[in-house]
Formats: sequence, structure tokens, C-alpha cells
Amino acid sequence: MEDEQSFSDICGGRLALQRRFYSPSCLEFCLSCPRITLRSLTAVTCTVWLAAYGLFTLCENTMILSAAIFITLLGLLGYLHFVKIDHETLLIIDSLGIQMTSSYASGKESTTFIEMGQVNDVVINEAIYMKVIYYLCILLKDPVEPHGISQVVPLFQSAKPRLDCLIEVYRSCQDILAHQKATSTSP
Amino acid sequence: MGLVSRGAAEAGRGAASAVDRPGPPDAVPNPTPTPPAEGADPGSSRPGMVLKAFFPTCCASADSGLLVGRWVPEQSSAVVLAVVHFPFIPIQVKELLAQVQQASQVGVTVLGTWCHRRQEPEESLGHFLEGLGAIFSHRPWFQLCRERGSKSWSCKATHWQGPASPAASGEDQVMLIFYDQRKVLLSQLHPPTALPDRQAGDTTASAGGLAAVFDTVARSEALFQSDRFDEGPVRLSHWQSEGMEASILVELAKWAAGPVCLFLACLLSLISAASACRVFKLWPLSFIWSKLSTCEQLRHRLEQLTLIFSTRKAESPAQLMRKANMLVSVLLDVALGLMLLSWLHRKDLIGQLADALIPVADRVAEELQHLLQWLMGAPAGLKMNRALDQVLGRFFLYHIHLWISYIHLMSPFIERILWHVGLSACLGLTVALSILSDIIALLTFHIYCFYVYGARLYCLKIHGLSSLWRLFRGKKWNVLRQRVDSCSYDLDQLFIGTLLFTILVFLLPTTALYYLVFTLLRLLVVAVQGLIHLLVDLINSLPLYSLGLRLCRPYRLAAGVKFRVLEHETGRPLRLLMQINPLPYSRVVHTYRLPTCGCHPKHSWGSLCRKLFFGELIYPWRQRGNKQD
Repeated sequence: MEDEQSFSDICGGRLALQRRFYSPSCLEFCLSCPRITLRSLTAVTCTVWLAAYGLFTLCENTMILSAAIFITLLGLLGYLHFVKIDHETLLIIDSLGIQMTSSYASGKESTTFIEMGQVNDVVINEAIYMKVIYYLCILLKDPVEPHGISQVVPLFQSAKPRLDCLIEVYRSCQDILAHQKATSTSP
Repeated sequence: MGLVSRGAAEAGRGAASAVDRPGPPDAVPNPTPTPPAEGADPGSSRPGMVLKAFFPTCCASADSGLLVGRWVPEQSSAVVLAVVHFPFIPIQVKELLAQVQQASQVGVTVLGTWCHRRQEPEESLGHFLEGLGAIFSHRPWFQLCRERGSKSWSCKATHWQGPASPAASGEDQVMLIFYDQRKVLLSQLHPPTALPDRQAGDTTASAGGLAAVFDTVARSEALFQSDRFDEGPVRLSHWQSEGMEASILVELAKWAAGPVCLFLACLLSLISAASACRVFKLWPLSFIWSKLSTCEQLRHRLEQLTLIFSTRKAESPAQLMRKANMLVSVLLDVALGLMLLSWLHRKDLIGQLADALIPVADRVAEELQHLLQWLMGAPAGLKMNRALDQVLGRFFLYHIHLWISYIHLMSPFIERILWHVGLSACLGLTVALSILSDIIALLTFHIYCFYVYGARLYCLKIHGLSSLWRLFRGKKWNVLRQRVDSCSYDLDQLFIGTLLFTILVFLLPTTALYYLVFTLLRLLVVAVQGLIHLLVDLINSLPLYSLGLRLCRPYRLAAGVKFRVLEHETGRPLRLLMQINPLPYSRVVHTYRLPTCGCHPKHSWGSLCRKLFFGELIYPWRQRGNKQD
């Protein structure tokens, strides 16, 4: 079962939330970030090349122009491979754990998996950064103290959705966590 | 959304258990409920609990048979290790499992049945499989089934309640997780870096879950010895059934490693015994050895080689990695050294270097003389105290003259010495760099001497000034109480003190200028030596084998796992693929970094500035408590 909804992030860009319901114990959320626009790409390239041309008129060395081309190409490749995140996925599997995947624009994927035994709860936290923003995070259990919290892992850091989108994700996560707590065998 | 999803969950659960029994076997329980002999489920399971079954991908195409593996009750998960094919004799299977259990300390049992059949369901097979549940009592009893050539799987896990309640057996939902057995067997899990306040005991408790799966597969090597193509009584299918890979070179290397290690270990112990003999502990030699960084590097390499070629086997995977890293580091070092040697000899650079060395030394001395002449005049427009200036300048000029004479004395031997030093590059690039650092230190020895003279003079002056300044104000330093106390001086003490204070104040600029100039020169030399040492440290400590392993066989170093949901149809069990998440490069370097000599600057910038201001001598790096030039 799959459905898609449209939200906006804290800067006003458009986000698409895709929800896949595999089974009562397995749920996947995929949040797509706004794409890189032709306008911004052209603006950056023009700036770099104009600066290089300005330097060229001062120094009369053609190496500057070829260097500018190389820098633009390498910079674009590096940006697509290391910086620009295409979509972020959250996969919750009851009794296994929670997995977060970030897919970059070049196809690279970076995944983190947290076992259910370490998860204390999933909450929406508030942060004050020029204005109040909300973010979803996973609270990890402290091994020493049974009810303590050792670490806070924020989710959807690149997409930065607004509260309405977070509430959708939060409700589904809480359902699964409640179901998991009800049927867990270990105390 | 929450309420709707819960309702859908209830509906889904009910549908899954009612649909798709594989052929005749029914939900009717076995008419003679045998009390579970082993592997008893602790109490009755709660309804709706999902069991996890870890299934190796290599067994997905195996013929029907029994599932053999380990049941982990804490995570309610079953790790399937192999499939036993028909025909078999149950007694022999039990014997084999008992043997494996003893050899590997892993609780391997028969977990259930595996049915890989064609389109028509086979009635007899179904009943036969049910009957097996009675022979091998294990709760819960798994029944996995797959239709040949299709992607539809079905699995159910049944519990038999005890004889007290012979009601309908409970059934649980099963989630199938596929894993690549060979990769999980070979990989090593690196848990995330523990927080400093955690104790060691806690990590094993919280590691659970997936670490248990990795552990089970890694320790069950004994089960993977025999195969379905072997002639033994029991025919198994596991990762080796897809073909064992081996290499003749690797086998030969393993066979030859024993005697070679023994021979090299003897040789190295001879060398270390020779170097530890009493002759080298006499005062002048031991002093020189402790000063030279080459000896330090050679000693470090000798220790590493001894560790690599020791005949004791590595106890833990971390030690094995360390040995491998050291070996690759030594080999790379030697290779780079040989490249450097060949380059030097091809261009006959050693001859050129020897010819250029004396003129360079002369040039440096000449520049220093010019500098001193400049200081003796009116440097930067400042007016120096004539007499002190002349004394200091002449003193340093005489030293330079002595130095030049010594260099000229040594000049006939320079080429020979350099040639032998160049040969030492075949011991490794690090040794060549250390020798270069030592040569720089020796050639700039006069700068070091000047720095020491200037610093001592300046330090004395500063101490004198501060003490007389206190006298000028009528105070005194109390050594007992470590503080400044007021004191009443006699008139003649005050008179002499003030006079001396004035003299020292007017001589301060001259001394300070000499001190400044020579300290800057000394810091320049120290910076160059520091760069060379940094390079040597880099070559010494970089774990190249681990990096190569991460590049070529990323599954060997695992930071964790990642899951992917495979094609899912409603009513069928959920299928996931578990893949290994490799360790990021930064963590590889951080975890497997080799220990270096440990010569790092011990001062912070603040304390360095303070020492410079007060004229205390700075020793940029200390090695094991010794000072180094």
C-alpha cells in the first residue's frame, strides 16, 4: 500500500512524502528534497567563470581559465556526491529496528541502522534557531540507567520538513512502537 | 491515520494465518502431542508476536530437507545455518549436531523443515514433514516452503502447548531475513564507539540482536566442514555448496610461512641481542644513540618485525589486523626506499650532493657571519651597547670559524659517508628520512649552540631584572612560602641593587636582540625537522592493509547492517534482505592506526610563548623522557 503527499520544508521548498505500508510491523517513509535548479547552477557557474575571466585580464595567463573549468566540474561532481541529498528514507521494522538512509544526487547511499533494543522512543523536539523549528528524533536508551537517555539521533536533517509532515510520521512510528512494546518478550 | 493502520493490522494478521497452507498439512495439531524435550519455549508466547528467521541465500535453491541452526529465545529469532537433505537417519543427524555443539559451543539444533517443491503439492511429503516434527522436538517448529521457480514463499511456526492444554497449537507470524552466509562468516562487526562512562560488561549485554547472528555464523565453522557432495552419512547444504574458493599461492604461502617465520625470528632475536649488549650502554655511545632519531626509528622497526615474525599465532582479529598492517607498512617503506635509492643512483645524485654539501655549509656560515656583522653595527636602526655587542659578536664569530674548520677537515670523507647513508635507504624510506633529519640537526649544530648561549644569557638577565625590580620596590621573594613579601633592605644593599638594575636594563635590548635572532633561526630548523618527523609518523602509522581491505572487500569490516524490503504480496510473509554496511574510511584509520614512537610536542602554544618570553630552553619533542636536539 503506497500513498504520496505533498508538504513544504522550513524554507518553503516543496517536499514529497511517500509512505509504503508493507505489513502491520513494517513501514517505510520516503521524503524527497527539492531538486537542484537550473537557475542556481547557472548562477554559480557564471560567477566562477566571470571571476576567472577577471583574473585572466589581470594576469594574462590562460591557465586560470582551464583551472576555472576544472574547478567548476570537480566542484559540481563533489557537490552531487557529497552534499546534495536527493531523498531520505525511514524504514521501521517492528522487533528489528529503525533504519535511516540518505541517498545523494549521484546515487550514493549512506545508511544507519539502530536496533530496537536501543530505541527508547521517537519524539518531536523543538529547537530555537532564528525562529522555532521542529524536528523528529530517536531517543536511545542508556545501558547503565534503564530509563535514561544516552543519545538523541535527529531524523530528516536535510529535508527539514515542517510540523504537519512530522506529525504524520510521528503517529505511524508511535503505532509501531506501541505494538512492539506490547508484544516484546524481554522485560 | 493511527486508528486506520491498527485496524488494518488486525485484518492483515488474521488473513495471513488463514491463507496458504502448503498442501495437505493442516492446522490440525499432531494427535499425540509430545511434551517438548529440548528447546522448550519459556511459557506460552503472546499472540501476534513476530518471529524472525535468518535464512542464508545459498540455501534458497536447495532441495527439501531439515533446517539446522540456532534458536535465540531473547530475540525470538532463528538463525538457519544449513539444510540437511533426504534421505537421512535421525540418529546420525543428532550425533552430528552434538559433535558440532561440542566443537563450537553453539547450540545448534534442528529448527524445522524446508520444502522446495514443484507445482503439484506432494501429499506424502507433507505428512512426512509433519511427522518429523515429532521426532525432533523443538519449539517453535518452523515450516518454510517455496515453490520452485517462483518468488512466493510461505512459512509458519507452530507451538505445541504441553499435555495440560491440548488445544489448538498457537501459530506465530514469521519474518524472513535473507543473509549472505559467506560474507557474514568473514565479516567482523565493529560496534559504535562506546561512551567513556560505559563499562566493558555492558557492551556485551546491549550488543545482542544482530551481533548474536554474526557470532553464531562465525563460530559454526565445524558445521561447514562436510557438504552434500561428500560421502558422509549426513548431506548438508550451506555456503560451501556453491563452490569453495581457494588459491594455490595462498596455500603455498601458508605452508612456507612456518619455517620462514622461525628462521626470521631467530635472526631478529640475534640482532636484538647484539644491540642490547653492554658495549652500547657506555656513556658516550648511549648518549649519542638517544639523541639520534635514526636509532629510534630502527628500534621501532625492529620491534615491529619481531612482532610480525613471531611464531605465536595472533589471538584476536585485532591483533591479526595489526600484524598485517605492520607487514604492509614495512614492505611499502622498503619499496619506497628502494625507489629512492634507484633514483639517487641513476642520476648520480650522491656525488652531486657530496660536492654541493661543503659549499652549502660554507654559504650558511658566511650568511651567519653577515648576520652577526649586521647585529654588531646598527641593526634595524637600533642603537646597541657597543662593548657588549662587540663581545658577543666576536664570541659567535669565533665559533663559526671553528665550525668551518671542522667541516673542511671532514670534507674528504663526506662522499663515502653519504654513499653509505644512501645505502641505508634500502632499509626503508623512513630510515632515510630520519637520517636526513639527523644530518640537518648535525649541520645546524652551531645554530643550536648559539641559541643555547643566547637563551641562557637572556634568561639570566631576566631573572636578575625581576629580582632587582622587586628590590627596587622594597619586596623580596620568599622561597619558603613561594610568594612575594616585603623586606627592609639596608641602604648599601639598595644602592648596589639599583645600580645593577639600571645596568641590566640598559643592556637588555642588546641581549634581547641576539636572543630573538637566534631563537628564530632555531625555530626554523625545528620546523623543518618537525615536518620530516610528521612524514615519518604518517608512513609508520597508516594502516594500509585495513584501508586496502575496506576498498576491495568492504564486507570484511562491518559497521552494522542494512535492510532492504523485497517484493511483498499481501498474505505472504515479509521478506527482507540483510546486507553489510561497511565501516567508513575515517573510522578504519582511527580504529586500526598503528602506534608510533610517541614523539609529539608536549607544549601547548601558551606555554611555548611563556617559555620563549622567559628565555627557558625549549625541547620540542621528548622521547621517553630523553631530550632531543
